[in-house]
Amino acid sequence: MKIKALTRPTSVQQAPGSDVSRAPRNLAPEIHPFERAREYQRALNAVKLERMFAKPFLGQLGEGHVQGIYSMCKDKNDISSVASGSGDGVVKVWDLTSREQAWRVSAHSNIVKGLSFTNDKKLLSCATDGIKLWDPYTQIDDPEPLATWQEGGPYTSLSVHRTGNVFASSSGAGCIRVWDLDHSSAPQTIQWPSFTDTITDVCFNQVETSVIGSVATDRSVILFDLRTNTPVIKTVLKFAANRIVFNPMEAMNMAVASEDHNIYIFDARNFDKAQNIQKGHVAAVMDVEFSPTGEELVSGSYDRTIRIWRRDQGTSRDMYHTKRMQRVFRTCWTMDSKYLLSGSDDGNVRLWRANASERSGVKSAKQRQALEYNKALTERFGHMPEIRRIARHRHQPKVVKKAGEIKREELAAIKRREENERKHSDKKFQKRKGEREKAILVKQQ
Amino acid sequence: MSNTMELNTVDPPLARLGVDNDNGALTIRNARTEFKSKSELARAKQQRQAQKTYGRGRGIDVKGIRDKKLRRNLTTLENKYKTATLKAKEAEILLENTAGFLEPETELERTYKVRQGDIRKDVAIEVAQKGFELKLDQLGPYTCEYSRNGRDLILAGRKGHVATMDWREGKLGCELQLGETIRDARFLHNNQFFAVAQKKYVYIYDANGVELHCLKKHVEVSHMEFLPYHFLLATLSISGQLKYQDTSTGQLVAEIPTKLGTPVSLAQNPHNAILHVGQQNGTVTLWSPNVTEPLVKLLAHRGPVRDIAVDREGRYMVSAGQDSKMCIWDIRNFKEAVSSYFTRTPASSVSISDTGLTAVGWGTQTTIWKGLFSKERAVQEKVQSPYMTWGGEGHAVERVRWCPFEDILGVGHTEGFSSMIVPGAGEANYDALEVNPYETKKQRQEGEVKALLNKLKPEMISLDPNFIGSLDLRSEKQRQADKDLDAPAVDIVEEMRHRARGKSGALKKYLRKQRKKNIIDEKRLKVEEMVKEMQEKKDEKHKERQAELGPALARFARKE
Repeated sequence: MKIKALTRPTSVQQAPGSDVSRAPRNLAPEIHPFERAREYQRALNAVKLERMFAKPFLGQLGEGHVQGIYSMCKDKNDISSVASGSGDGVVKVWDLTSREQAWRVSAHSNIVKGLSFTNDKKLLSCATDGIKLWDPYTQIDDPEPLATWQEGGPYTSLSVHRTGNVFASSSGAGCIRVWDLDHSSAPQTIQWPSFTDTITDVCFNQVETSVIGSVATDRSVILFDLRTNTPVIKTVLKFAANRIVFNPMEAMNMAVASEDHNIYIFDARNFDKAQNIQKGHVAAVMDVEFSPTGEELVSGSYDRTIRIWRRDQGTSRDMYHTKRMQRVFRTCWTMDSKYLLSGSDDGNVRLWRANASERSGVKSAKQRQALEYNKALTERFGHMPEIRRIARHRHQPKVVKKAGEIKREELAAIKRREENERKHSDKKFQKRKGEREKAILVKQQ
Repeated sequence: MSNTMELNTVDPPLARLGVDNDNGALTIRNARTEFKSKSELARAKQQRQAQKTYGRGRGIDVKGIRDKKLRRNLTTLENKYKTATLKAKEAEILLENTAGFLEPETELERTYKVRQGDIRKDVAIEVAQKGFELKLDQLGPYTCEYSRNGRDLILAGRKGHVATMDWREGKLGCELQLGETIRDARFLHNNQFFAVAQKKYVYIYDANGVELHCLKKHVEVSHMEFLPYHFLLATLSISGQLKYQDTSTGQLVAEIPTKLGTPVSLAQNPHNAILHVGQQNGTVTLWSPNVTEPLVKLLAHRGPVRDIAVDREGRYMVSAGQDSKMCIWDIRNFKEAVSSYFTRTPASSVSISDTGLTAVGWGTQTTIWKGLFSKERAVQEKVQSPYMTWGGEGHAVERVRWCPFEDILGVGHTEGFSSMIVPGAGEANYDALEVNPYETKKQRQEGEVKALLNKLKPEMISLDPNFIGSLDLRSEKQRQADKDLDAPAVDIVEEMRHRARGKSGALKKYLRKQRKKNIIDEKRLKVEEMVKEMQEKKDEKHKERQAELGPALARFARKE
């Protein structure tokens, strides 16, 4: 008779003298009962933990400003510097690592409308009284400006070219001026023929570097090309826009922060309809910015909240607010895409995490593994009602929630009215217009 | 014929090649025409094998999907699953241990003739030590249970003696003289706690024998089961009350009256945490804490069901009845018994090991069967002779239990407890992150925390444990209808009668297809009643016709 019985000497499980016991695995499904149910339970725990750790607010920078912040910019060549300009004409540069003020100047006599770091580490600021050039890295506080330009105002915004020492400014006269910092020659002026409305925002494309986008008070979005010194296309939207930004990774895509509470993403090649509409704010969107990766957007709104969006989704991924934060006029990403900054009416620059539950710092391999596992689990069971509910739930301020409810009701009423009109008029023979087409009124080339 | 009996015909090689022609020329079926390299074939074979053992069901056919994005996502997902199965298969190389065996070397040898003494002589000394006898002849008969990792053993004598021990090291954990009847004892999620069903209530003790809880809601409990992933202690009382108590929160989750008299036996299906209750009248009823009716009622024996055991994959159930029979059931479809065996006296206890060995304790004997069922075979064979036997020394067997991860069978009997070596019974390769028989104190503590974090809700118990995370494919209308409790119930009789014409009528079809199965549900009972009624009507009519024709011609009356 051949006999063999199972033997597992204990010394094999844990080597003598060692305090590390071995952990052999056996992946046979029969010794892992309820694997799916347990995985689901783990996913539920993971999503709950993720919400538990969601503490997005990091703090404010220094003491803030005395008045509201209406312009902000980051230095693309220095990860730790950011400048903000307030309603009393003061411009401050902040050091992000210490969260303290690094430099300040009383730059203008009223609201600082535009701020931008140049490629040679100077700072441009503009207000109704002109454009001024500063050197925040070497000058002490409250210096005299390096240069001042006053002709052609009042200025409303600024944008610096990706590489060259060139910047564009928009003014109330309906034209944009492109200045060359190296040559003290007169600026180039580009204008849409017989256009006189105020251009509120101007923005250089980061990839196709000679393209400039702008939005004006007459609800138009105009694109200019510096190579031919001509305006290229003008599109009139249903509502006026506050801000235009180009996707830093995809040259043709731009986001427009609109007064009608939405963010529109347009494709410059096809202005017949919006590529995406991002809905969620309950008041005008004051500012929008693409993350340096081009995958996400952050927007600040008049409803006192900040929302973070995925580029290709219609609803926001996250919403940040505090009790004391007032209307948000400026938001921006830091250059590493990990943090957000917001400047609001209450004069504080606030620093936020881009991912509310993420923690910086070195993690052990085990920790990293656990985080990745949790992420995979929530993704896998993301469709389950309970998990989706927990993952999507955000506390909203009462005002915002109420406003959202009212807005939803009003929109439904409008829709109902339109449908009734359709039913009883010739409109019923017309094709329904898509939501993305509705935003655009006229296109001119 | 070949279509219907596909499952149990085994083609001999010649038949597969098919000697079709008279001239002896062979027609090759399934000829491979395209060229595939050897490595490709080997890879395909490996993939097939991996899918068989580690695959989770059939994959999604992505070719039929129109939506490009969805198709792309699903293809990636399917590929991921495929690599995962392959990797799992490849990881088999890391398995360290092989299962034990007992094989005859010549045709004349029989494995059931091998005695414990012979085995002890032939195996390593540390294994031989695992076979032992405990003589406890005063307070018996003894029931025995192992902890989940097989490291600890609890012995409970009927007359009030409870002892726990680390049986491999022969270290006594605690010993209690309770002085009252003990009907069952069981470890909870680890060896730190155990529950004892005493004369009146159930008590929970810790490893030192300190009484922690007295569960006064559980009165006169005769059987207990612990569901480790749900942290539920299920008790079955003499009055037929089935109660589920959450041992982590202390909440009484469900109280269900089984309403079939004093239950005789209780077992859990480790695959889906459903409880199987053996009743006096020969039925086995299946229970979950979420339903107050039995999920399934199965007429298993002609007499009380003495004991039940379910294999760890939840495919087969072995039941032993007062009618001196032991039946094997396929509990995935509850068709008639896969096979049945006679026991010379009614069996008192049945247990199935990790590898599918079945131990049956009957009278003073214990018989161990091998290959009563196998998931590899489509049709189960009837086994002719047992694998091993034990006993005959006059100790009436009370309970047989397999030790997890060991080749050990524990037998509790009137004279104490015997631990016998059964080669090939235990799972050779344990998963240390699941249940670890060699865990340290730290590991046990961490495992407890992990287990509590991943505790499953009682609502998750259902016949199909994988329903969680799957989509609800019912239509919205159907869902609403299911939700609406006030809706009038479907009248089965009316439904059957309504569509009962012809051969394909609902009733005929039901009789043809469902009556063969041994499933008794409400519908079945109603249908039986209906058929009986119809038959009576027919008989009456026949009698009328006979009466009309008169006594001489009565035999020519038309029968319908």
